[in-house]
Amino acid sequence: MPKLIKNGRIVSDDWQIVSLAEGEAAADVALPAGRTLVPLAVWQQRRDELAPRAERGVLGVWFAAGEGPEDIADDLARLSVIAVDFPKFTDGRGYSTATLLRTRYGYTGELRAIGDVLRDQFNYMTRSGFDALQPRADRYTDGQLEAAVASIADFTQPYQASATHPQPLFRRVARAGAKA
Amino acid sequence: MYRYDEYDQQLLDERVAQFRDQMRRHLAGELTDDEFRPVRLQNGLYIQRHAPMFRISVPYGHLASRQLRKLAHLARTYDRGYAHFTTRTNVQFNWSPLEVIPDMLAELATVQMHANQTSGNDIRNITADAFAGVAADEIVDPRPWAEILRQWATYNPEFAYLPRKFKIALNAATEDRVVLRVYDIGLDLKRDAEGNIGFRVLVGGGLGRTPILGEEIESFVPWQHLITYCEAILRVYNRYGRRDNVWKARIKILVKALGVEEFRWQVREEWAHAKDGPNTLTEAEVERVSAYFVDPQYEDLPADDKPHHHHIVENLAFAAWVKRNVRAHKKPGYASVTLSLKKTGIAPGDISAEQMDLVADWADRFSFGEARMTHEQNVVLADVKLSDLYPLWQLARDAGLATPNIGLLTDIICCPGGDFCSLANAKSIPIAQAIQERFDDLDYLYDIGEIEINISGCMNSCGHHHVGHIGVLGVDKNGEEWYQVSIGGEQGNSTALGKVIGPSFARAQMADVVEKLIETYIELRHPDERFVDTVHRLGIDPFKQRVYGSEQLTQRKVANA
Repeated sequence: MPKLIKNGRIVSDDWQIVSLAEGEAAADVALPAGRTLVPLAVWQQRRDELAPRAERGVLGVWFAAGEGPEDIADDLARLSVIAVDFPKFTDGRGYSTATLLRTRYGYTGELRAIGDVLRDQFNYMTRSGFDALQPRADRYTDGQLEAAVASIADFTQPYQASATHPQPLFRRVARAGAKA
Repeated sequence: MYRYDEYDQQLLDERVAQFRDQMRRHLAGELTDDEFRPVRLQNGLYIQRHAPMFRISVPYGHLASRQLRKLAHLARTYDRGYAHFTTRTNVQFNWSPLEVIPDMLAELATVQMHANQTSGNDIRNITADAFAGVAADEIVDPRPWAEILRQWATYNPEFAYLPRKFKIALNAATEDRVVLRVYDIGLDLKRDAEGNIGFRVLVGGGLGRTPILGEEIESFVPWQHLITYCEAILRVYNRYGRRDNVWKARIKILVKALGVEEFRWQVREEWAHAKDGPNTLTEAEVERVSAYFVDPQYEDLPADDKPHHHHIVENLAFAAWVKRNVRAHKKPGYASVTLSLKKTGIAPGDISAEQMDLVADWADRFSFGEARMTHEQNVVLADVKLSDLYPLWQLARDAGLATPNIGLLTDIICCPGGDFCSLANAKSIPIAQAIQERFDDLDYLYDIGEIEINISGCMNSCGHHHVGHIGVLGVDKNGEEWYQVSIGGEQGNSTALGKVIGPSFARAQMADVVEKLIETYIELRHPDERFVDTVHRLGIDPFKQRVYGSEQLTQRKVANA
């Protein structure tokens, strides 16, 4: 079963991610039973059909890199899992998507980074609001994945306000200043 | 000068540990070249022609003497005994082996230095006026604001994988000394009618392949909102900037595509959510950071120093240096000195380990232990007593750092070019040297007056050739090095982009071309008119005719036509 790092722990994961292959339409693509992440377009077109599954916590939505939470702002409260795809780890749009979901739209469910997810970005992803990190199944050995968890905590007291640190450093701690 | 507290130091130490592990995994084959690339770039490490190029950040150009000594030590221990100072107030080493970079970073961290985000598609080193705190025309000291921005930008989780690099500069004086309009964000510090500090915000400037001057999107953003407003710009850019084409990925292309009005509207929309949020600056934080940038313990001195005047009258060489390299200071009895890194025969911006040690000594002895780098690739000692100018000049002269050419033709701004850089199409240093050798006569240089020559080895424009009075760009034509010449570019308050005069030239022609441009200017100039003003008054035609009309270049013109 694929692995997922959830809140800093490695767990087995049985969510299936549905993508639209060429020629498949959002309106009638077949969805598997069980826990399923569907593309945003599928959710938008089949919301009435899928809402009961979402409310039971077995269906979530994933955003492509160019998609954002404003597209389904009213639905966010019904979703317990949202994923954001990183088509390439150098495509940083997902960091803004996560930041907006957590700090503007108040999304509190699982926020999962999928796609080209690498340990060297774990810290920034976590601070942007991802509490679930899913590298490609073939990227890390079990041992490497265990070692990778440490990267989440690369920086202990960052300067910025973010999803994990609601206040910037200058409001979070008392800094001594020049006289000290 | 800012000094790290435990939080700054802990973050930096954690960064060093992070990169050491990344390097270890890379060398062990666990981190592929592609995966390692952005990570090493964000730590200043390029793979270059001969060896990696390692670019160290000097935030807003300020260096303490112990930091200079550390750079000298690194140059001797890990490199070839010298360093290169860049147009973005960074320091580059060209010969350090890959494996030692984590050790160099660890050494730098002991003096509160780093190579954070000196490359990569992130927020780069923030530049400010080299004369901050001492210039008579200063409105507000830009350094606390530059430091506040540095902290916000450093390891910022949301903006580390932008479509492209992102550069911010701050100016806070009547005269623009940072070339605000060529930055992704140019922040112009101001006071409103009530004396409140705020920022005029320019956006979308940049050089490179498509040079564009930045445009104003806000005339006054109150200081409390500095971070939230910049964040709004960055978020709009991160989400909507182009990622499909590296040549169209800078924010300037997004601003052009949307139009300034639409871009402003989108930023305001975004800002409306973040404004007054947690990132709003507090008075306490501004006071805390500002306390590091108070005036040093100046002595009360008379505005004049008799022995100083005596030396000027007695010693022509000293007088020439004072005229070109010494600048008025806000405090009576003090002056700011520019040490020239533009001696003929030395690559512009290069400085040896011995020279760095000497500058550190002079900083301690004459200028409160601090030095500054300028974007023209020279070094400033900002707070020197008039009575110390003569002994400082003697020392600097002996060390080859007193060439009296600041602002003159031989004060050439130049990237490392094809001698070192793997991006370059052509060499740039030999062009600078040929020009410096041709214009060796100091009297002639003084007669020519103020002029800026900028040389870039490729379209990345590290030599800022677009804004040079004479700009030289290295281009590749079927594997050969050629040089395109533009004139009429300018930095400062009337920043302008130069116009290309015609087909490009071979390296051997370049000194002739510059000489012809200068001769044309000498013939046509009005009294007290600078080269660039003559170009703006007459247009490029007379210059073009002179350069291409001459016999030896005609053939080339036809060949390239």
